[in-house]
Amino acid sequence: MSAVIARKAAVAVSRPLPHQRARVLPTIVLLAGALYCLVPVAWVVVAATKSSAELFSTFTFAPGTGLLDNLRDLFAYGDGRFLVWAGNSALYAVVGSAVSTLISTLAGYGMAKYDFRGRSVLFYAILAGVLVPGMTLAIPQYLLMSETNLVGSHWSVLLPSLISPFGIYLARVYALSAVPDATLEAARIDGASEYRILGSIGLPMMVPGMVTIFMLQFVGTWNNFLLPFIMLSDESKFPITVGLYTLLAKGSSEPALYGIAIVGAAVSVIPLIALLLFLQRFWRLDLLSGGLKG
Amino acid sequence: MTGPDGARRGSRAPYLFVAPAVLLFLAFLAIPIGYALYLSLRGLRLTGGGIFGTRQEVFVGLDNYARTLADPDFLAGFGRLALYGLISVPLTLGPALLFALLLDYAGARGRRFARTAIFLPYAIPGVTASLLWGFMYLPSTSPFSYLTQELGLGEIPFLTGGGIYPSLANIAVWGGVGFNMIIIFTSLRGIPAELSDAARIDGASEWRIAWHVKIPLVAPALVLTGLFALIGTLQVYGEPTTLKPMTPEISGVWVPLMHIYTSAFSRDDLPLASAASVILAVGTLVVSVVLLKVTQKRAFGGMS
Repeated sequence: MSAVIARKAAVAVSRPLPHQRARVLPTIVLLAGALYCLVPVAWVVVAATKSSAELFSTFTFAPGTGLLDNLRDLFAYGDGRFLVWAGNSALYAVVGSAVSTLISTLAGYGMAKYDFRGRSVLFYAILAGVLVPGMTLAIPQYLLMSETNLVGSHWSVLLPSLISPFGIYLARVYALSAVPDATLEAARIDGASEYRILGSIGLPMMVPGMVTIFMLQFVGTWNNFLLPFIMLSDESKFPITVGLYTLLAKGSSEPALYGIAIVGAAVSVIPLIALLLFLQRFWRLDLLSGGLKG
Repeated sequence: MTGPDGARRGSRAPYLFVAPAVLLFLAFLAIPIGYALYLSLRGLRLTGGGIFGTRQEVFVGLDNYARTLADPDFLAGFGRLALYGLISVPLTLGPALLFALLLDYAGARGRRFARTAIFLPYAIPGVTASLLWGFMYLPSTSPFSYLTQELGLGEIPFLTGGGIYPSLANIAVWGGVGFNMIIIFTSLRGIPAELSDAARIDGASEWRIAWHVKIPLVAPALVLTGLFALIGTLQVYGEPTTLKPMTPEISGVWVPLMHIYTSAFSRDDLPLASAASVILAVGTLVVSVVLLKVTQKRAFGGMS
């Protein structure tokens, strides 16, 4: 008896194992959250298998028989317009976030590791830029773009997404903590130029932060709606978000488009989920949670 | 320690590093803000008098601001936002904190799976999320209304009457809870294990540890997520616009950004749209700064 108590006490101190009941409820809550988040994804995958007749007649979670027809309709719609939209989304998101990450990293590194005239003005301007929602600028951006005849081109969506005050802010926070001054100073004493130091010391040290900034920017650009919606009028320049919206908006008078919108949503969601699952391990989101302390 | 004294040697280098960001900042943030301010003070007015008078763009002072602030539609948009935010912000942050604490709790099972599953909606664009939920709300395709109808309870009014607020808020909660959970969770992981262990040896329950040790220490992450949620609420646009074709409840001026869009592109009143944009941007800035100030005071008050 006393041996049992002693063992229990030992267990409790070394590694506190909660009671059975204390394990069940948290598990249930977590699984309920997971279920809530997965249901719409499951719904769209099932709905994508239904013919348009089945869509409005059978129980929504009963698989249908029209998957292949739906896919054919989707890729045939407007002479393969869906693939063009997907390509545009990829262009805006991949090119936009890659360039934006590089620009943010350079600026963050410069602001964290050098003292120069105007540095604090720049810092406060960036901070204000973080707090002013970019979307409120969409109208003046549109007007300026139309002055320069860029409205309607790929550039009109790509260029404004290159500047990310939040990305610069994060790059600065990361450079402050991940790039030691002593290392830079040692390289300077060895006679390396500032550009050489950036290329062979600064940038390699900032890679984990750059991956995080890239992913945040990628998801942000991929999910953007208002900016391309305002800037573009030619369907061949649309990203997927605006494309699906137009299908839905036309769908109220032309129900066949609902089916295409659903299949399109299912097809566009799957690669993004795969990408997220793959890149999840490279994120350094502690950069975000520690962001306010810095 | 010499400190960051690079200016001494390659004095041009830091300027070159920040130059691309500064140029883009000027071109796509500073100049548009300045242009919006300028436009917001202009307006089309009849000049010359009589039937031969021509409409000319002139300075009208704060007229557009007065018109915007007196516009019942614009103000009603903020009212709708407030109602929507009162539902969506607490329901995003509360569960995000709860899930993060549970992910950090050794007793819960299936944590890795739950973490990935709850984070998943972050990758899905708001427009696509609205499309998915929209169909799950639409009576003819909704699995929920299907069940209630089978039970003889009729349809659930997701898209009619006041039901539109929780329905829209749900889309924001679904899309936001996982991202906020991950931010809070990574912050929880940064707390030294000794703190919780010490409290546990003193006999504190897991609830007390969560409440008195963990939550105060992740306060900065909570402030950050709260700030994101607020800014996100003020610039809601894609979700109601996507649901608009499915319901008569949502008008073209339902939220402030929709109002701005309509003023600019349907009514061609760019000065009015600019004034409204400035009001929305300044409002967001003020709300953010106030939130940061208030929470900072709280956090320090709690520490001492």
